[in-house]
Amino acid sequence: MNRLLPRLLLTPAVATLLLWMLVPLAMTVYFSLIRYNLMQPDQIGFNGLDNFEYFLTDPSFSVAVLNTILLMGNVILITVVLGMGLALLIDEAFPGRALVRLLLISPFFVMPTVNALLWKHMMMHPIYGALAQVWIFFGFTPVEWLSDHPLVSIIIMVSWQWLPFATLIFMTALQSMNREQLEAARMDGATYLQQLRYLYIPHLGRPVAVAVMIELIFLLSVFAEIYTTTGGGPGDASTNVAFLIFKQALLNFDAGVASAGALFAVLLANIAAAFLIRLVGKDLDK
Amino acid sequence: MARRSKYPLPLLLRSAAAWAITLLLFFPLGWLALMAFKTELQAISVPPLWWFTPTLDNFREVQERSDYLLYARNSLITSVLSTVIGLMIATPAAYSMAFFKSRHTKNLLMWMLSTKMMPAVGALVPIYVLAQKAQLLDTRTGLVIIFMLSNLPIMVWMLYSYFKEIPNEILEAARMDGATLWQEFYRVTFPLALGGLASTGLLCLVLSWNEAFWSLNLSSAKAGTLATLIASYSSPEGLFWAKLSAASLMAIAPIVVFGWFSQKQLVQGLTFGAVK
Amino acid sequence: MAYLQLHGIEKSFGAQRVIQGVDLQIQKGEFIVFVGPSGCGKSTLLRLIAGLEQTDNGHIVLDGRDITEAASSARDLAMVFQSYALYPHMSVFENMSFALKLAQVPQAQIREKVERAAAILNLGAYLHRRPKELSGGQRQRVAIGRAIVRAPKVFLFDEPLSNLDAALRGQTRIEIAKLHRELGATTVYVTHDQVEAMTLADRVVVLRDGRIEQVGTPLELYDHPANSFVAQFIGTPQMNMLAVSLVAELAQRFALPVAADGFIGLRPEHLALRPEGQGMLTMQVDLVEALGAETLLYLSNSQGLQLVLRQSARSGLHSGHSIGIDLQLDCAHYFDAQGRSLRSGPAAV
Repeated sequence: MNRLLPRLLLTPAVATLLLWMLVPLAMTVYFSLIRYNLMQPDQIGFNGLDNFEYFLTDPSFSVAVLNTILLMGNVILITVVLGMGLALLIDEAFPGRALVRLLLISPFFVMPTVNALLWKHMMMHPIYGALAQVWIFFGFTPVEWLSDHPLVSIIIMVSWQWLPFATLIFMTALQSMNREQLEAARMDGATYLQQLRYLYIPHLGRPVAVAVMIELIFLLSVFAEIYTTTGGGPGDASTNVAFLIFKQALLNFDAGVASAGALFAVLLANIAAAFLIRLVGKDLDK
Repeated sequence: MARRSKYPLPLLLRSAAAWAITLLLFFPLGWLALMAFKTELQAISVPPLWWFTPTLDNFREVQERSDYLLYARNSLITSVLSTVIGLMIATPAAYSMAFFKSRHTKNLLMWMLSTKMMPAVGALVPIYVLAQKAQLLDTRTGLVIIFMLSNLPIMVWMLYSYFKEIPNEILEAARMDGATLWQEFYRVTFPLALGGLASTGLLCLVLSWNEAFWSLNLSSAKAGTLATLIASYSSPEGLFWAKLSAASLMAIAPIVVFGWFSQKQLVQGLTFGAVK
Repeated sequence: MAYLQLHGIEKSFGAQRVIQGVDLQIQKGEFIVFVGPSGCGKSTLLRLIAGLEQTDNGHIVLDGRDITEAASSARDLAMVFQSYALYPHMSVFENMSFALKLAQVPQAQIREKVERAAAILNLGAYLHRRPKELSGGQRQRVAIGRAIVRAPKVFLFDEPLSNLDAALRGQTRIEIAKLHRELGATTVYVTHDQVEAMTLADRVVVLRDGRIEQVGTPLELYDHPANSFVAQFIGTPQMNMLAVSLVAELAQRFALPVAADGFIGLRPEHLALRPEGQGMLTMQVDLVEALGAETLLYLSNSQGLQLVLRQSARSGLHSGHSIGIDLQLDCAHYFDAQGRSLRSGPAAV
């Protein structure tokens, strides 16, 4: 009974996740090697590495990779830097702090599609949108965000949504700072900037790493915002790797090429994941 | 020794800055909320209207559209069911790993963590094909399964950490008091973990409700969730904004509120405990 | 026949042998204290008796029944944990009645037993409170009450006083002693504090590195320590250990029965002050601790010998003074180089 019970308890979860992991992976590998169009499911043939070649040499591919890097890089930069600043700003008590916290984290819980439409219509619309109004107020002509700067618009939307996440992480991390250490530093005559440099930033090093890695993993799959607003366009201007795969799979119905692309995405994600897992693993040892 | 200034300037500056930035960042949501109570004409007025008499017409009209209720019900059913089923699978696993620790436990946890890191798009094609073959496309069942699978690693992880928080000595005391394994679980472990279970459930409810990737790809007219519905409004039907705002507000309001209550779990759950 | 018997108990955690062969016989109604430095295995031994850990080798026999393989819940033992381990989601009453409820004792009897234990421990007013609403001392008493209510064969205490502040510790110690007198229950008590050991125990078991160094009544251990470890562990301030090499002439002059590489042990109260120039040794005063009822003098000399002297009289001496010391040799303990006792203390019978 001693060894049987724990194993039994684990079985449903392990079996489920095993299936969830292996089956799609196996199928993806299989599909990536064959010719399979979802509209013509009977015509199947072996394609070797042709799908990979097709996916990688597709001119849209390099654009998509660039867009993905730009999207992820900018969002991470914005969210981490601003998030840290915000967290430091509200670290010590001030009137209404609790309410500020609530307001700040709200955007994260907004459905991505609502987020997308919110920005598309209410904020970025060149005539009626709020940003347009502000521009007009200052005497400038409003910017046509989604048509002229599609990727930037997506970056803004996604950053807005993920900023609370980074802020929350840093707020949590700051709470665990050793207050006595800060007091000792103050008694030693450290200015705020010095405290930042020698105490706060090192303490936040780990949370930054965690935030970056989590965002790397989740931002790779940014999809809903693109789908709802720009549809990847104009052209390929706001297509990222995830959307490209989607286009191949469900717009071109080419399962083979899409699968090849998917494996590529999985590879990227695994690299980031490997680092995160090592970090978390160290935590478990403590 | 420095003299305390009568007007704590740094605090004032800090508060002002914090409030200014917060209001700026919250503005889009606030604006959305305001617009939900305007008429369509008021909504598109240039310059924007700040002062107006609020109306509930939009909410009423949206509710009268039967498909809105359908989508809302789908969201509710898929979120709740996927969370409940997920909890039923995750709890025994987390319990086993927390209390019957073996040398495989850590590796198992890490492996579960890694399954969450697979980008959803990586599984799009096979899942789509499977769903098609199993005739689960555009069904609530299909969505429930996918949502549950997506959140399972997070659930196991969070429940594991909640179980571990229960001091071992309390369980030993129960054993000394004569409790069998089942009694120990039922009378001590479970009541103490109930809070953690609720928090985990809440977080996963939020995640499922907001889930957009699979909703958009695997469902449309019949099993669509609110995420799908809102996405379908993306074509600009100009004089439609107030109603769109009302619909959006109804879709996100409960979840935003739930989110307020699950801040701590969010950090724990999504960072897999790496940030405390 | 002894009530609780431990035969050849061994326990290892991985490569570390924590308990290296322990044999012990405990009589019914005895208050036994396991004492020793951190890591000596005393808590492990207690947990082995409780059944919270499994022995690798050996037998445990309780009241004639071999309980080595029995589960904790079946051993009829009650344990008071260091951290009290109260059930946070239950009231004091429910905490104390939990075991009885599990044993399906009728509600009326449960009520009676709990109220009786609560009366003994002065918990009557708190029966409906939750543990988080109680102070440390009150929680301690609930933990004890939980154990009393069950009237088990043996009470096990795992360092119950270490989480209390000094004043409360002394008070609770007395209450535990009184409780034992009233209930007369067999008790095994673990502590690292030798004062608790000396004051509470019928017999003390001194452990080091998983082995029993000595078993005896507190005064037996005090007057006749079997080795230098026990000699220095029991008694505060510590027994003075004079290396024979530092007092060679004295050893020769009095023909002390100890080798040149051995040690002479003398308790601080077995040294006497003499005016400067007199006495067996000349020492300098480093520090004077005036405790009111007694005075401690810390002494040293140029050869590196350090002594502590205890007397009940006040002292006018100060740091730097030179004085003479007499050693009460008929109370001396002699140890060889490995610390084993050669002859101990006043010739006791």
